[in-house]
Amino acid sequence: MQKYFGKFFVWVAALALAGVFLYGCPQQEEEKAEATAPAATPAPAAAGPIKLGVAGAHSGDLASYGIPTVRAAQLVVKQRNAMNGVAGRQVEVLVEDDVCKPEVATNTATKLVTDEADVVVGHICSGATKAALGIYKESGIIAMSPSATNPALTQSGDYPNFYRTIASDDAQARLQVDFALDKLGLTKLAVLHDKGDYGKGLAEFAKGFLEADERAEVVLYEGITPGAVDYSAVVQKVKRSGAEAVIFGGYHPEASKIVTQMRKKGMDTIFISDDGVKDVTFIKVAGEFAEGVYATGPVDTSKNPMAIEAIEAHKQEFGEDPGAFYLNAFAATLALLNAIEKSGSTDFDAITQALRSEWVATPLGIIKFDERGDAIGVGFAVYQVQGGNFASIEL
Amino acid sequence: MDYFLELFLGGLTRGSIYALIALGYTMVYGIIELINFAHGEIYMIGAFTGLIVISVLTLLGWNTVAIIVIASLVAMIYSAAYGFTIEKIAYKPLRGSQRLSALISAIGMSLFLQNYVLLAQTSNFLPFPNLVPDFKFMQPFENIVRSTEIVIYVITALVMVFLTFLIKFTRMGKAMRAVAQDRDMAMLVGVDVNRVISFTFIIGSSIAALGGVLVSSHIGQVNYYVGFIAGIKAFVAAVLGGIGSMPGAVLGSLVLGWTESFFTGYISSDYEDVFAFIFLVLILIFRPAGILGRSDTDKV
Repeated sequence: MQKYFGKFFVWVAALALAGVFLYGCPQQEEEKAEATAPAATPAPAAAGPIKLGVAGAHSGDLASYGIPTVRAAQLVVKQRNAMNGVAGRQVEVLVEDDVCKPEVATNTATKLVTDEADVVVGHICSGATKAALGIYKESGIIAMSPSATNPALTQSGDYPNFYRTIASDDAQARLQVDFALDKLGLTKLAVLHDKGDYGKGLAEFAKGFLEADERAEVVLYEGITPGAVDYSAVVQKVKRSGAEAVIFGGYHPEASKIVTQMRKKGMDTIFISDDGVKDVTFIKVAGEFAEGVYATGPVDTSKNPMAIEAIEAHKQEFGEDPGAFYLNAFAATLALLNAIEKSGSTDFDAITQALRSEWVATPLGIIKFDERGDAIGVGFAVYQVQGGNFASIEL
Repeated sequence: MDYFLELFLGGLTRGSIYALIALGYTMVYGIIELINFAHGEIYMIGAFTGLIVISVLTLLGWNTVAIIVIASLVAMIYSAAYGFTIEKIAYKPLRGSQRLSALISAIGMSLFLQNYVLLAQTSNFLPFPNLVPDFKFMQPFENIVRSTEIVIYVITALVMVFLTFLIKFTRMGKAMRAVAQDRDMAMLVGVDVNRVISFTFIIGSSIAALGGVLVSSHIGQVNYYVGFIAGIKAFVAAVLGGIGSMPGAVLGSLVLGWTESFFTGYISSDYEDVFAFIFLVLILIFRPAGILGRSDTDKV
């Protein structure tokens, strides 16, 4: 009996492994094909097409972050070319891979400059973007990233040629702090995080903003151990600190445990968290205790007709749902082409002027850019759990 | 003082949670000197089984006390079957080989069970209903300690007493001690070693399942990974208390729970684990066999 069992398991394990390989291989090839295909099929060139560079990770580990941007750019360009192009000229897409590595990104940027790209959608990763921006800056090329969230890229002021259609890492913390101080009028806050890159990063920004503001005081700043069986000691500590609210940077499994334990101990401390918590699982798990919890999250685009249309176009063309940053890339391409159309030129100053002054309708909403390069109208909203759903809160 | 008491009780709860898992760990180790890494997964499977039974019985509209008793029993039986089977499949064929082989087999079993539940159930966190009723007499202390926590303390103490009694005073316990001391000799004098080991796994697994149901009911959520983290901590606790010893497992768990709780409360939770493990290292330097472990030298 036992021997049969053993054999059975060996077969199951062997089949499982085979399954993994069968499933794994074709996907990789598909990705490679996608990465090379765009370069091989240049758009039909009329006299002097506008060259739109698309740079990012198109192969390697992070290809899934870069490929959707290529597809978005191709779809937008295809639509525009079918409608007489931009400013009377056709648009050509130049795709260059940077594998998300800064040292490769400089070569990618140089290649795009040599190929006379007029504007660039990219790059994808913050590190690679930073490495490439200097090269574009020297050549007077504007780059717009759908995904690079590092705050310094716009805030340092080093890159006047950089724009992005995603909110920076600190925007969420800024919103949480503003909401807590301006809207809720709180004075004593505890900041907790899960020690991870995402949660701790947010918590550090929140703490920094709170300390810079004299209206409020950070009474507790602590990292908790993710996955621990319970958080009663930390919850007691919050209680003792006299905090009116907890700002938590992290994900929903820990958040639901903390909230549940606070409420069970009879504490009505306000709980403010991030888009790692703005997840239906949080409400499902924390149940009645989730009520009243605040969480910031990206502005809802699911009802935006342009977003629905863009996703539909992707499904028709590629037969699947779009990947990461697709809508951001769609918006970036639209914004850049719109700026060229409105200014009628590919000149650096003209495009800059148009990006900052002209509102453009995108799947992310109607946007334009501030003088640092961050998109106005893209970003985060505050939600509150009300009756088992996240309801957006007017600020 | 209130703060101290709250941290003390919080640590007691955490320690009791570890203890419910550590008891099974230490029992298996005591008999066959195998660190059963799949034990945490048995705990998790117990929690999942409990959740399924609870969902069904709640739909049928049963009384909550009946539900938690039946759910615990079903989870215990189901997990005991798992423990029994795992021993037969993964450990028994390796009994004659090096100890390392069985250890690797245990780690493999742990990964296998985690992924099995991940695929067969879900990767999401699931809400686990709190079924222990709020006792009337507990109302004045509700903000300090919950009824569920009292139940966890009591069950942990009962399980410890039961196991000590089982090992010290019953015929099966005598056989278990004999197998622990010298397996070959026990076999020669007519002890059914296979039966004793299977029995050990059955008891250990059902205790883990009981812990799984109670603890999940206290915490309010489960997923496929809860057993792994709790299992590692319980293992540390068992080593701390002296692996192989029942009271040692409970004492070690409580010490670990209190260490974590007080360190978080008075210093910082950032280095909670670091501190807990430094404490473990210190204890093992001064008492290599753990707090209550017997430091008998290996027979050559």
